[in-house]
Order: sequence, then structure tokens, then C-alpha cells
Amino acid sequence: MNVALAKTGSGRAVSDLFASAEGLLPGSPAIKAARRQAFETYERLGLPHRRIEEWKYTDLRALVGEVLPLAASPDAGALSKAADAVKAHAIAGARKLVLVDGVFAADLSDVKAIAAEASVKTLRETLEKDAGDILTTSSTDAVISLNAALATDGVVLEIADGAQLSAPIQIIHVATAASASAYSRSRVRIGKGARATFIESFVAAGAKAYQVNDAVIVEIGDNADVAHIRLMDDAPDAVNITSQFVTVGADTKLNFFNMTTGGAVSRLQGFIKLAGEGSELSINGVNLLKKTEHGDLTLVVDHAVPNCTSREIFRAVIDDRAHSVFQGRIIVRPDAQKTDGKMMTRALLLSDEAEADNKPELEIFADDVSCGHGATAGALDDTLLFYLRARGLPEKDAQALLIQAFVGEAIEQIADDDLREHVVGMAERWLERRS
Amino acid sequence: MPAVQETVERVKRIDVDQYRYGFETLIESDKAPKGLSEETVKFISAKKNEPAWMLQWRLEAYRRWLTMTEPTWARVDYPKIDFQDLYYYSAPKPKKTVTSLDEIDPEILKTYEKLGIPLREVAMLEGVEPKPGEEDPNRRKIAVDAVFDSVSVATTFKAELKKAGVIFMPISEAIREHPELVQKYLGSVVPTSDNFYATLNSAVFSDGSFVYVPPGVRCPMELSTYFRINERNTGQFERTLIIADKGSYVSYLEGCTAPQRDENQLHAAVVELVAHDDAEIKYSTVQNWYPGNSEGKGGIYNFVTKRGDCRGNNSKISWTQVETGSAITWKYPSCILRGDNSRGEFYSIAISNGFQQVDSGTKMIHLGKNTTSRIISKGIAAGKSQNTYRGLVTAHRKATGARNFTACDSLLIGDKCGAHTVPYIEAKNSSATFEHEATTSKISEDVLFYCIQRGLSQEEAVGLVVNGFVKDVLQQLPMEFAVEAQKLISISLEGSVG
Repeated sequence: MNVALAKTGSGRAVSDLFASAEGLLPGSPAIKAARRQAFETYERLGLPHRRIEEWKYTDLRALVGEVLPLAASPDAGALSKAADAVKAHAIAGARKLVLVDGVFAADLSDVKAIAAEASVKTLRETLEKDAGDILTTSSTDAVISLNAALATDGVVLEIADGAQLSAPIQIIHVATAASASAYSRSRVRIGKGARATFIESFVAAGAKAYQVNDAVIVEIGDNADVAHIRLMDDAPDAVNITSQFVTVGADTKLNFFNMTTGGAVSRLQGFIKLAGEGSELSINGVNLLKKTEHGDLTLVVDHAVPNCTSREIFRAVIDDRAHSVFQGRIIVRPDAQKTDGKMMTRALLLSDEAEADNKPELEIFADDVSCGHGATAGALDDTLLFYLRARGLPEKDAQALLIQAFVGEAIEQIADDDLREHVVGMAERWLERRS
Repeated sequence: MPAVQETVERVKRIDVDQYRYGFETLIESDKAPKGLSEETVKFISAKKNEPAWMLQWRLEAYRRWLTMTEPTWARVDYPKIDFQDLYYYSAPKPKKTVTSLDEIDPEILKTYEKLGIPLREVAMLEGVEPKPGEEDPNRRKIAVDAVFDSVSVATTFKAELKKAGVIFMPISEAIREHPELVQKYLGSVVPTSDNFYATLNSAVFSDGSFVYVPPGVRCPMELSTYFRINERNTGQFERTLIIADKGSYVSYLEGCTAPQRDENQLHAAVVELVAHDDAEIKYSTVQNWYPGNSEGKGGIYNFVTKRGDCRGNNSKISWTQVETGSAITWKYPSCILRGDNSRGEFYSIAISNGFQQVDSGTKMIHLGKNTTSRIISKGIAAGKSQNTYRGLVTAHRKATGARNFTACDSLLIGDKCGAHTVPYIEAKNSSATFEHEATTSKISEDVLFYCIQRGLSQEEAVGLVVNGFVKDVLQQLPMEFAVEAQKLISISLEGSVG
């Protein structure tokens, strides 16, 4: 059904926003034209709402309502606040690339150390030097178009064929500006036979009520081995909408993990295409939600070629009046024979006002495949709680133990011991804050 | 496992062109002028001698329909329907009263024969009085209501049902004879504003069955309706309303066929079920509308709204469907579990071949406390068909202790078809427990090897596995239908699985 697009106050505001920002945004004339076109698409569609099937459970018109003005470039004060946040959230041993309010902060980043093993540029440089297709993505909707129109900065990483990174790369998004929005877009290219681990972290440095719209393009060559971890711990009143476009070559292993522990409204939409035969995909996620938080994980796994395997494990823990959404779609194209795809999503409701919506979809056009999905929703098992209580554990501790085991099934999929411990620590801290 | 050559050949032979019910009966009929307008609605209402409130109800639905647009969310693809190019009412010309089988219009008699309705029931349908002494007291009885194009042509066993207090009659008669019941329940489960096709049906429905089972009565026999679209370019819009009062039980069967034609025909029915405290309704369908030929030409568009309301505590509604026909199926028999401890069930086998498109499933809406539901869906796609399961399970905030189990499995035969699963699972309170599982696969080679090693041929082994695949659902069908359903599955499927 079409909803009439009368231009509301916020609609006009966002038009003005683009008009005033257009001149300041980086890019060659060709890029400027592409931005204008993307913005027109956004203007035509407006913020996604529940009548749009893909956004049925995450109605941005109702949840967010308006798009905030672009954040100003971070000043010295903002950068020093950001430096503290980076210190607090940096993962030991990882090399950092920091974006503050959507703008690359060279002083806070380990550019030199990374440059020894990979090529690193900013989106700003890339857009100004060559037109490229970085603003074009395999899939598009209103929020992706808005990102293309307004993307201010980001990192463009190239890991050469055969390169073996000696340390993980951590991209940290820090928010310092309150009531403003940041648009970032990054691209990570991983060459044939390369091995790499990269982490994305979203954190706040005292900022409140801000909006993040991020886009990440990941292109992985053949025979590569990649771990990709995303940790979303934005401020409790922030909005984070991230779109991910991943292409995987042949005989490659990709292990992806996402954890959402913050944000009033968040959505990660991943579009993952298996473009080469013999690849293995492991995609896992945990949502830890409380108060009135709304967390959405939407994944489209596209088996475009035969002989690939995909595994998805998702766990949601939902307290108070929070709302968790999981939409997973496995597509098996007509020629993708011998596809093996499995998806398991489980939601744990800790309160009577919590809500879990699951939509696991299969879309299959080949006959010689094995695909399945499972979904459950329910409360903690009373008999298990009783067992632990009978052994002297207080109620909250018993619950915490069971919740840890519940999310553990997804977290266990992280191969790197240190990273896994780090994520377990984040989950533990969330549970401590709860009790 | 890709289909073996032998299988492929057999699929060709048993393809949709082999539709058994594709004949046309040449009988005179009484039709409304083509097209849809307030005049058409008034014409139908007048034909049926309806009271003024009924006409008003229809006109309101028609006016609302004018403001609505066709739904496009289903995974089906078809050219836009010209609603002005259809006949909305067609009835066989009234016949003389007959006293023996020999006097019945031989054309209608042949139709029933071809449909496989036993002659004795034909005698009943056509109102032939049985000769004394011919009654077989041991024979299990089924009361049949036959709907030919737009009108109900005959209802059997009326007297016997009346003795038990059960009302079973065409809805057009019920509107005249039991207006208080019809007015109370019609549109109370599927409101006139529900969706595009339900609203259209509310405006132009011509006939259908009405069942009322009084408190504490267990309906003494299976009730059955046979739908047949015979006329060219007609839409069939039937409306079924079944009410099971406190503590009663009724089992209802529905079957349907249509002649083989090159044009597409529209079938937009509405079925409403109401179960009061401790009542149970079992509704079974064997849907075998003409699916179109092997090039995808012709066939029925089956756009049906079916919904049951478990209004009372401890009530139960169970839907069982075997879907083998129709060019396009758009159908979601649902249960609203309003009463505490009420239960909804949905068992489905959907088989698509040729160019058929199926988008079917169910909705289980848990509103009452300790409500339970169970969904078992088996989809089998062959040829160039698309087969989608689309289902919703939702537990309202107050539906504490709600419980659902869903299993939907798909089997693909050949590399030109598609099988899709689109479940929506919404838990809005912590004590709701939902389990959902879905698989899509071929038949395991280990299982086939095991059977073949024990002396079965490849085809027999596949047949055995497929029978096992759909067994859970077939078991839910009443005896009378299980036989027909099994035959249908063997026509649609035998040898086509590999």
C-alpha cells in the first residue's frame, strides 16, 4: 500500500539539511551528481515504515520520526573526549582506525602500523581522487540512499593478495556531538589467500540522542580467511542504522559476529552474497536489550553459486519493555545446487512486556539442497532456575548464569580466544548492570 | 538427488494436462449481466429473495470494495483481473421435481458420475425418494450440499439432521429462515472490510453452506459441500458460515473442481467458523480446482479467506487442507484463539506442478490464556511451480502460557521450481513458548538406498518416502476424504519425486 508522502516538518528539515550540506560534502562532480540522485531517491521514499515489508517490525517513522542535522566536524575538545572513549574501548593488541562523529581522526589512529601491512585511506580522499563506485551498492532502500547522499567520511582498507595481518584492525566509531547525525561509509577489500581480522566498535563519548547511519562494503577474494566482529554499544538514547554489503569469493571462510548492547533504536541489515563455490559462512549475533530499546538484526544470505555452506546462530535476551527483531532470509539461486544452509534463532523474554519478533525465511530455487531454520521464543526454564536456587544461588545470579549459557552458544562461534573473552566480558557487564 | 530420467518421463505423463475433472456440463443457466455495479449486487439479492438488511449489508461492502486495492504482497504473479469482465451470478435453470433417477437431467447426472459422487448420493442430491427397504443402515452417512456455479443445487439428509437439531442448508435459505442466527454471526469473524477479496465476496456472494450445531450436540454425520464452477467467465463467490454452540462437535468437508478452460476463472470464497465454549469444529478441504494446462494457460485463481474464531473457553478449531489444484492459490486458514485454553490446528499438504503458484499458510493469533496451536505444513513443488508457506504466530500480551509448535517442510522436484518459507513469529509475553522448524530438502540417499537394497524399485522407494513425508497431515483427514486425497496425491505426485 502506498502511503501518501505529504512533506512533514521533518521532511522539509531534511531537504534543507541536504541543501546546506551538499557543498561541504567531499566528492568529484560525478560523485556530487550521484549524491543528488541518491537524495532524490530518499526524498521519494521517506523514512521506512511498517508498510514496507522489510521494515515491518522496525518502523523508523514511528521510532525515530526525524533525521537530525549533520554533526559538525569534531573540534579539539571533541577529539580529547573521543581519545578517552577510544582508550576505554580499544581491544588489546588491535590496531585502531577512529572515526569521530563520522570524520576520520588520524591522530587517534594507528595509521602507520596498519600501512605496513595494508593500504589505508579515508573515504574523503577516495571520493575526491576518483569517482569509483563506492556510493553504489548491490541493494538499496531509503536509509542506504540517505547514507550515499550524506556519507561524510570513512575508511577504505585494501588488504593485498596473500597478506597475513599480524594484528586485528579495529574501526572505532565515537559519537561526541549530541542531537546530531553522523553518516559514514567504509570499504574493506581482502585479497586472495589473505587472512585478516577486523572489528567495528560503536561507542559514545558523553554524547546523547544522536543518530548513526553507517554503510560497510566488504569484498573478500578466493581462499581467504576472515573474521569480522561488530560491537554496537552506543548511548542508550542513540539511533544506529548500519547496512552491510558483503561479497565472498570461492573457498573462503568468513566468520561474522555482531553484538548489540546499546542504542534506543538499532538495526543492522546485512546483505551477504556467496559468489564463489566452496565457501563457508558463519554468521552469529547476540542482542542484549533492556528498558525500551529496539534492536533489529536483518540478514540476507544469498547463495548464488553451488557448494557453499552457511550457518547462522542468533540469540536475543530481552528485558523490561525492549523489542528484539530478527529477520533472516536464505536465498538459494536456481543453479546453487548442494547448498547447505542452516539458521537458528532463539529469543529469551525476561519480562512480560518484552517482545520478540522472528521472521526466518527460506527462498529456494534449486532442488538438491539442504536448508533449514528453527526459531523459538520463551522464558527462562523454571526447573533450571529451581535447580540453581536449590544449590544456594540468589535468583539474579541463577538467571545470569542461565543467560550466559544461552548467549554463549552464539559467542562460542568466535574463533579468536582473546576476542571471544572480550565479548564474554561485555555480556557479563551487561548482566551486572541488570542486577 | 536430481530426478532420474524415468521419473521425469512419468512427471510428464501425469502432468497437469491429465486433470480428471476438466469436462464441462452443457446445461442451461440463468446468468446476471456481465460486470459489477450496485445493480449486480441488487440483482443477486433480488434473485435470492433476500430481506432488506442483507441487501444493505452487501451494498455497504460493495461501496467499501470500490475504495480498496488488490493486495500484492503474496509471492504470486498474474495479469491484472478485469472485474468488469466477469459474470457474478450463474445458476442452472430450475428443474422439475423428480421421483426416480431416470428423470434427472442426464447432463447433471453425468457430472456427478464423473466427479465420483456415489449414485445413491446423487439420488439424494437430486431429491429422489429412496424405495422402502433399500436403506442400508450400516452405511456411514455424509450429508452433501452441492454448489453448482453460484447456487446450491441440493442438500441431502436434511430431515435426519433436523432430528438432531442441526441446521445444514444453503446460506441463501438460512438468510430467509434463520435471519437471527445469520445476522448475529455473518461477518463477525471476517468483517466486510477485512481484505479486498473478502469485501468483494461480501458484496456478491451468491450461495454457500450454513451450519448451526446446537449446544451439546455431536453432529451425527460428516457434513460436506461440493463446489463446482461450470460456466465460462464466471466468478464463484461462496460463503460458508459454521457455528458450533457450547459443547458441540461438527466435522465439515469441502471439495471443489472446475472444467478445463483456457481463460482464468476467479474463485473468492469466505469461510467463517465460530466455536463457543467446549465446542469443536473440524474443517477439511480437498482443493482440486483446474490448475491450468502444462503451458500455464487457464486455471482457477483461488483467493480465499478462511478464518475460525475460538470464541469460547476450551474450544477447538482444526483446519486440514490438501491443495493440489488452482493456477494460483492465495489462502490462509486462520484461528483466533480468543477463549482461554482454546486450541487451533492447521495441517496442510500443498502440491504444485506445471506453472502453479501457491502462497498459503495460516495465522494463529493467541489472545486467551493457555491457548495452544499446532501447524504442520508440507509443501511439494514440481515442474515450474512456486510453492510458498506464509504463516503468522503471535501471542498477545495477555495470552499467558500460549504455546505453539510449527513444522513446515518442503520438497523440491526438479530445478525449475521454487519452495519458500516465510514465517512471522511474534512473542509479546514471556510465558509464551514458541517453537518453529522448517526444512527444505531432497529425499535422503541413505533412505532410498535402504529401501532399494530391500528390493523396492527406485519409484516405489520414492513413493514410500513421500507418503511418509505427508503422513502427518493425511492422518488428520476424515476417512471419506483420506481416500480421495490419497488418489489425488498419487495423480499429482507419483513418480515425480526424485
